[in-house]
Amino acid sequence: MLTVYVPCDSVARAVGADQVVDALQREALQRQLPLDVQRTSARGLYWLEPLVECDSVQGRVGFGPVTPQDVPSLFDALLGEAVGHALALGPVEAIPYLKTQQRLLFARAGITRPLSVEDYRAHGGFAGLEAAVAMKGDDVVASVLDSGLRGRGGAAFPAGIKWRTVRGATGGQKYVVCNADEGDSGTFADRMLMEGDPFLLIEGMIIAGLAVGADRGYIYVRSEYPDAIRTLNQAFVVAREAGYLGANVAGSGKAFELEVRVGAGAYICGEETALLESIEGKRGIVRAKPPLPALEGLFGLPTLVHNVLTLASVPIILAKGAAFYRDFGMGRSLGTMPFQLAGNIRHGGLVERAFGLTLRELVEGYGGGTASGRPLKAAQVGGPLGAWVPPSHFDTPLDYEAFAAMGAMLGHGGVVVADDTLNMASMARFALQFCAEESCGKCTPCRIGSTRGMEVVDRLIASQDITDRHDHALLLRDLCDTMQYGSLCAMGGMTAYPVASALKYFPADFGLTQTEAAQ
Amino acid sequence: MPDELLHLPAVERILARHQGTPGALLPILHAIQQDIGFVPDAAVAEIAHALNLSQAEVRGVITFYHDFHTTPPARHTLRLCRAESCQSRGAEALAAQLREQLALDDHGTSADGAISLRPVYCLGACACSPALELDGQVHARLTPERLRELVNGCREDAAC
Ligand SMILES: Cc1cc2nc3c(=O)[nH]c(=O)nc-3n(C[C@H](O)[C@H](O)[C@H](O)COP(=O)(O)O)c2cc1C
Ligand code: SF4
Ligand code: FES
Repeated sequence: MLTVYVPCDSVARAVGADQVVDALQREALQRQLPLDVQRTSARGLYWLEPLVECDSVQGRVGFGPVTPQDVPSLFDALLGEAVGHALALGPVEAIPYLKTQQRLLFARAGITRPLSVEDYRAHGGFAGLEAAVAMKGDDVVASVLDSGLRGRGGAAFPAGIKWRTVRGATGGQKYVVCNADEGDSGTFADRMLMEGDPFLLIEGMIIAGLAVGADRGYIYVRSEYPDAIRTLNQAFVVAREAGYLGANVAGSGKAFELEVRVGAGAYICGEETALLESIEGKRGIVRAKPPLPALEGLFGLPTLVHNVLTLASVPIILAKGAAFYRDFGMGRSLGTMPFQLAGNIRHGGLVERAFGLTLRELVEGYGGGTASGRPLKAAQVGGPLGAWVPPSHFDTPLDYEAFAAMGAMLGHGGVVVADDTLNMASMARFALQFCAEESCGKCTPCRIGSTRGMEVVDRLIASQDITDRHDHALLLRDLCDTMQYGSLCAMGGMTAYPVASALKYFPADFGLTQTEAAQ
Repeated sequence: MPDELLHLPAVERILARHQGTPGALLPILHAIQQDIGFVPDAAVAEIAHALNLSQAEVRGVITFYHDFHTTPPARHTLRLCRAESCQSRGAEALAAQLREQLALDDHGTSADGAISLRPVYCLGACACSPALELDGQVHARLTPERLRELVNGCREDAAC
C-alpha cells in the first residue's frame, strides 16, 4: 500500500489540494494500485502547496507545488520507475526554511491528522494537561508567569498576571475566552493552528480553565474561517469521547466545556471587550476599562481572554517547564513566535522562531525577497494597525520593545511585504478608510477622524500647489496625533501607525520631498 | 412582504433551538441566514419577542455586523479580498476587472441576480495572495484569467 500525505488546510485547498487528491485517487485506480491518502495539517510552506509527501527511508519526502497534471509522473517517481522529478523537494524536514525553524507551537504541523487524538498523543499531546492535573492551580499559574509568556494577540501583556487576577477573582462562574478573530491582514497562524492542531488549543483552554477556576470556555472564531469552525466543533466531539471535555476532565474531577461562537464580519470584534459584547449578543462596541475583563468580563463575570497562540503555548510550558520556554527569545520577549510571511513575497508561509531574529532575516532570508522580483519597498508588520517599515530599518530584531522603540509593533506577527509598485499614499488612505469602516463609533477621533483623514489624503494627493500639499501633510500629522492620543482603543489609536509611517518614510508617494515630510 | 411570512416556521424552529443559550442573538441570526439566505424583516419581531429585546436592539445588531443581510442573496456571492496582503499582489486591479466585467460597483448585485460582489478584509490566505471566496470556497493565487473563468462559471449556470 502506498501512503501519501496531502494537507486538508483551507489554503492548501484554495490552491488545489483537493483536485490533486482526486487526481491521485483516479490515477491509483487506473494503475490498480492500493493508495492511502492521509489528509494532514499543512507545514506552512505555502509557496510549495499543494505539497504531496510520502514515506521514504529518509523520512517524509515531498513534491510541490503539485497540479493534477503532474500526478501521473508523480506516480512514476513514487514507484521508483523514474529517477527524480521536477517537483521533488527531498526530505521535507531538511528544507532549510523548515529545518532552521524552532517549532514549538507548530511542532506537529504537516505531520499529524488534525482530528486524530491518537496522532496528537503520539506527538506529545496532552502531556501538559497531565502535568497540570497533578499540580496545584497556584503552581500552574506560577509556571505561566515564570515562562515569561506574553499575549500574542497584539498588546503583549504578561499572561501570568491575567491568570493570577482571574484565579484570585471571587465569585462562582468564570470563563475562558479564546480570541480567534484573527482580523489582521497578513496573519494566518491562528487559522493554521485551529484547522491543523485543534487539540492543542483545546488542551491550552482546559489547563487555563482548571487553573483559574472556570468550567466554561468560548472560542470566538471569525466567520471567514469556516474550516476552522468545523474542525473545532468536530474536535470537541472527539475530545469529549476521550474524556478531555465534560464533567470530569482528564480525571481531574473538574468539569470543563467548550463552545465555538462565530463572528459576523466586524474587525473591531477582535478587540477583547467588543468581542465579549458580541458573544453576549450585542453590537461590538468597545467597553471602557476598568473594569478589567479579568474581573468583570463575559456576562459581567471574571473572564480570561487570550489569543489562540497564547493559549496554545500553555501546554508546551506545562509539559516542558517554564525554564525551557523562557530559554527562547530575547529581553522581555520570551518563547517562540510564529511569524507569518505574506504579500509580495517569494516564499510566503509560517516561520516559527524565537524572538530576536531580524526582520531582514525573516523577509530576505526565509522569504527570499519579493515574488515579483522587483525591489522591496516596505513591510507592514503587525496587521492593518502596524507601521510600514522601510528596508533601511530591516535590521531591527523582532522583539516587542525594539519594535515599539521605532514607532512600530509586532502585533500578531504578520508581515506583509510590498514591492516598489505599491503606492504608500494609497496605503495610508486605505488604513484610514478601513478605520472608518470598522470603527465601533464610540469615540470621535476614531469615528470622525478617520473619514476626515481620508479626505485630507485625497486633497493632498490632488493638490498641484506645493505649499498647499505641505499644509495638508501637517494637518494629516496633527490628525494622526489626535487619533493616537484621543482614542479609547487601539483601532483609532494605532491607525496613526500605518499613516504616519507611510508619510515619514515615503513622502515622494504623497508628492512631498523628504524635508517637507520631516517638518 | 407577505411571502416573508413563509419563513416564519423556520424562524420559530431556530428560536426554539437556541432559547436558553446565553447570548443567543448572533447564533440565531447566523442560523436564520444559513437556512433562509438572509434575515427577513418578519423575523425581527419574533426574535425580539423570544429574547426579550426591543426590535430596535435586534435591528441594531443586524446592521452593525457586515455578515447579516436583510434582502435575498444572489445565486452566487463573490467576496474579493481587499486587505493589504492581497493589495500588494494586485487585488485592486482584480477589483477593477470585476467592476468592468459585471458593470457593478464593489458592493453590487448583477441585474440577472446571478452574482453579488462584496469586499472582504482577509481570508487568512495571505501567503498565497490574491484571494477570493466564492460561495464559501476560497480560491488563492488568483490571476486575472482565473477570476474571469470563475465569474463566467457563475453566469453560465445562471443562464440554464
Ligand atoms: C482593533 C483591535 C483588534 C484586535 N484584534 C484582535 C484579534 O483579531 N485577535 C486577538 O487575539 N487579539 C486582537 N486584539 C487584541 C485584544 O484586544 C486582546 O488584547 C487580546 O485578545 C488579549 O489576548 P492575549 O493576551 O493573548 O494577547 C485586537 C485589539 C484591537 C484594539
Ligand atoms: S477607537 Fe474607534 S474602535 Fe476603538 S472605541 Fe473608539 S471608536 Fe471604537
Ligand atoms: S489579505 Fe487577502 S487573504 Fe489575507
